This record gives sequence, structure tokens and C-alpha cells, in this order.
Amino acid sequence: MNAQSPLLSVRDLKVWFDIKPKGAMPWTSPDKLKAVDGVDFDLMPGETLGIVGESGCGKSTLARAIMRMVPAEGGTVLWLGDDLLSLNKQGMREHRKEMQMIFQDPLASLNPRMTIGQIVAEPLKTHYPDVSKAEVKTRVREVLDRVGILPNMINRYPHEFSGGQCQRIGIARALILRPQLIICDEPVSALDVSIQAQVINLLMDIQQEMGLSLIFIAHDLSVVKHISTRVMVLYLGNVVEISEAEQLYRAPGHPYTQALISAVPIPDPKAHAENEVMLLDADLPSPLNPPSGCVFRTRCPLAEKVCAETKPPLTDRGNGQQVACHVI
Amino acid sequence: MTHVTNVETAEVVKGRSLWQDARARFFRNKAAVASMIVLILVSLFALFGGMLTPWSNEEIDWNLMGDVRTLGGPSFETKHYFGLDPLGRDLYARVVQGTQISLMIGIVGALISVIVGTLYGATAGFIGGRLDNIMMRIVDILMAIPYMFVLILLLVVFGRSIFMLFVGIGLISWLDMARIARGQTLSIKNKEFVEAAIATGVSTPKIIIRHIVPNLLGVVIVYATLLVPSMIMFESFISFLGLGVQEPLTSWGALINEGAGQMRYGTLWMLGFPLFFFLISLFAFFFFGDGLRDALDPKDR
Repeated sequence: MNAQSPLLSVRDLKVWFDIKPKGAMPWTSPDKLKAVDGVDFDLMPGETLGIVGESGCGKSTLARAIMRMVPAEGGTVLWLGDDLLSLNKQGMREHRKEMQMIFQDPLASLNPRMTIGQIVAEPLKTHYPDVSKAEVKTRVREVLDRVGILPNMINRYPHEFSGGQCQRIGIARALILRPQLIICDEPVSALDVSIQAQVINLLMDIQQEMGLSLIFIAHDLSVVKHISTRVMVLYLGNVVEISEAEQLYRAPGHPYTQALISAVPIPDPKAHAENEVMLLDADLPSPLNPPSGCVFRTRCPLAEKVCAETKPPLTDRGNGQQVACHVI
Repeated sequence: MTHVTNVETAEVVKGRSLWQDARARFFRNKAAVASMIVLILVSLFALFGGMLTPWSNEEIDWNLMGDVRTLGGPSFETKHYFGLDPLGRDLYARVVQGTQISLMIGIVGALISVIVGTLYGATAGFIGGRLDNIMMRIVDILMAIPYMFVLILLLVVFGRSIFMLFVGIGLISWLDMARIARGQTLSIKNKEFVEAAIATGVSTPKIIIRHIVPNLLGVVIVYATLLVPSMIMFESFISFLGLGVQEPLTSWGALINEGAGQMRYGTLWMLGFPLFFFLISLFAFFFFGDGLRDALDPKDR
């Protein structure tokens, strides 16, 4: 790792949800759904960390826990040295302007009763209530111009825009406070492929220009490869591999990552036909009752006895690759 | 669209809000527009109808008083357009005045329910958890009390007055609305724009006012317009029992009650005129509410 100090440093973050079994009495203790179970990672300034994993593996929950939108069960989230999880509401508010979020459904993330001018101005007005109206207007116009929305559209309503445009407006809202970190929760999953490319390239341009860090959550591995510096693979709330993007795609370490990478479609029918997809047996185990030891062992082709006994730690394998596996 | 070279000087494009869309849809609905016109006419009647007659609602026409049954019918000659009531008072003036009271009760009831019920329900639903539980159990308890009994007690203990009637209606009208608003809030609060506001650090009261309530209003307005007739009927029932508005004031319910009592003497105008206004207004409110619901239904978007 380089000598720079990390912008965000997450240690042993756990998010557990209480699930009441059906027909339970009010006093029975609820089951714990371990949505995120001990995640560690660092995020350097200006870096993009991609987070991938199948549905329900805790990607979005992890993002929301960092933003303190869901309560964490334990662990620390160090933001420039402050532990976000132990801050009070007021303290957290101060930090919220430094980190913003972009959401999956572009239209649903904009209030249908507000004009886009009001929507984009909201973070600014919330954190700097004294800014003059004229100033707000100039800033809103600037930031809309930056994301490629004509600033004379500020009096329009979200439903008058296309999905891609709505996502740009969402990005504008995230940018107006000039944050240091933007968490993108599947920002392009709901968009057409051609629009996806536009939005991704816009994000990358803005990142270079403003020196932002991004946490980019997606389930489309090709998209993640395109944008990320490093990629973190989650499985059932656990990190199975963190690696430099190139390295991960060239030589995936963990058997789960190998399976994921092998399933990425190749845009060449011949090559695709020859490519052997590594199919995994069985379904994703329930996070209510995860397997003992390594959570992936029930589907792992290489599982050994030790895998059922102890949880493999994330170990450095060189080339900036960290893998959590006993066997490999 | 032509390319705009200088965005700063380009004219700002007007947006069409969802409200404007809804208005356009509403005006395409003929029944709703017709009932809106009826409601406007009834309101005008209530406000200015009194100017068209020399009689007031409490003056007794001594000339005709002894012979209401034969001479007291509707007539332009005597300037009793709707005839006389059993005591020889001008029915037109009394219907005008009764309409004022009934509409006022309907509108006040609906307003209380919109303001109190919406904010209460939105707060309970948005904050959730224990507060939600406590707030909604309070509503349940209030609903479990037989309100008619309470209202009758109120009117008996504190004396019969319009003010007490308003208090009674205010106490019960917001309960249903609070439940509806809470239910809607639960579905809205998981939308991403609310999450975005939380992530930005907008304070809870502001989220409720700025993001939750405007998105509730469609449902709330529809329910409120449907609540107006039920409030009017509620008041009519109370007045029918003789506990509502007191003489010489009157309301639709009291007038209908009076008219119904005289039915077998053949003076049907005493029942007919107040009943006519009561019926067309209720119909109009229902159609108006239906029209609003269709216009505001977000699925039509």
C-alpha cells in the first residue's frame, strides 16, 4: 500500500438485522440476520473501490452502514480519523456534506413534487442555510451544466426527464457540496447499456477533475472493471477478496471470484462458446444461518475439512491482492 | 431541441408539475367538473343567497302564519321562494343559513382532519419504532370510544352550541386520516428520494414537511373531499336528534328533520328544498372526490 493515509477505513464492520420468526411472541429474542459480518477495507483519496457480489450479499447494506443510514452492530468506520459510528447526530451531520450517495433507481431517487432546481439545491441549502438565493442558483446551474443537463431546465420536474438524465441530476445533487467521497449504489443497473457508458464516463471524468473517491457498487463485472482501481468481492456479508482491478480479472484468487469472472459474458460469440463457465452448486445459504467456518464452503469446489472449522482470514497474496481462503 | 449555445442567457424552460398534470386530467373528467360547478353554485348560494330575499331566517310572517298549509307554499308573490316552515318563517332564508352551517361543518371537519391527521400520521409513520406504536395506539383508543356517546355528553354538559359541535367533530375527524397518512408514509419513506435526503443530512421535520407530506397530499385531498359529506351527514344526524345547532339557527339536518315531521300534512316543500340541497351537494362532493382521485392517481402518470 502507498504511504498516503486512507480517506475511509472500515474495520470489522457488522450490520445485523433483527428478524422475528413467524408467529413469535413479543418477548422471544429475534434471529440475527448477518447482512454484513466483519468487513475491513481502506479507501485511498482519489481511488475507486468497486464492490461486487450477488444479490443479497450485503453490498447496499455496507454502503448504508457507512453513511449511517442503517445502524451498525459493531466495528469502526474511520473517516479522516473520526469514527463515524460513535459520532452523535450533529457530529455526523457535519460529515455528511463530505460524502454523498447516488442511488439505483434514477427516477425514484428524485422527489416527484420538486423541480430539479430545488432537488439539486437541497443539500446546499441544508448545510449552508445562509447562502444567498442568487449564489444557490449559480451553483445549481454550474453543477447541472457539469453533468450535461441544460441549466435552463431547472424548473422542470423529474418525470419530464429520461432515466439517464435523472441519474445525471442525481449526480449533480451529489456533487453540489463538492464531497470527497461518493457512494454509488448500482448507479447504472437501471439504465440502457449506451446510457450506462455515458453515466460511467461522466463519473470518471468528474472523479479525475475533482479528485473524488468513489465506492462503486454493481453486479455488472464489466462495468466495475472499467471504473475501479480496486475491487472488493463480497459473499454473504463477508469479504472474500480485495484486489487491484487488473489483477482480479487476470488472476482471480478466491474460488468464488473465479466463478464470477468465468461467468462474465465475452462480447465475441466464438470466444464465449469456448469459455468455460464455472457453475456453482446449490443456492446462496441463508444469511440467517450462515455456514460455519468459511461461508463459501457449501458451494466451493475446493472445500476441505479445515474450511468448516475456522473462518479464513483475509491474507495478502502479493500484487495488491488479498484473499480469504484456506486452500488457495 | 436546438442546441443552446449560451446556456446562461437561454430562457428558463417552464416545467409542468404533477399538480398541473393532475389539473389537466381533472378538467377532462366531465362529471367531476360538473360537480365542481354545482359545489361552487351551492357555495355562492350559501354566501350571497341571503341578499335575494327580504326575509331573515328568524322573522315570522304573521300574515300567513295561521295558514301555512294552504297559503305557505313556494310563491314569488309572497317573496317566500321556498315557502314557509311550520312556524311561518321563510324557508328560503332558512335553507341559505342551514347551507352555511352544514358546509362550514363539513369544511372545518375536513380541514382539521387534513392538518392534524396528516402531520400526526406522517410523523408516526416516518419516525416509526416505539413512537409510532404509542401514537397509533392513542388513535386506536380514541377510535374505540363511542364518539356519538361522547359527543352527546359534551353537548349536554357544556351546553348545546355550534362551538361544541366543532370541537366534537374536530376530535373524531382526524383519526382515520392519521391512519391513512401513516400507511402512505410507510410506503413513501423507503423511496430513494427520502433516503437521499437522509443521506444528505436533512433534518427529520424538514423531511416530513418537504418530502413526505407533498407526496401524501394526493391521497389526503381525495379522502378529505370524501370526508366532507360524511361530516355533513354526521352533523345532520346530531341535529336530527335535536342536539346539534339550536334555534333560530338551523342546518340541513335540522331542516330535513322539521320537514319530515310535517310530511303527512301535505307540506312537502318543507322537506323537498333542504333535501334537494343536501342531496346535490353530497353527490357533487362524491363525484368531485372521485374525479380528484382519478386525476391524482400516480399510476396514470
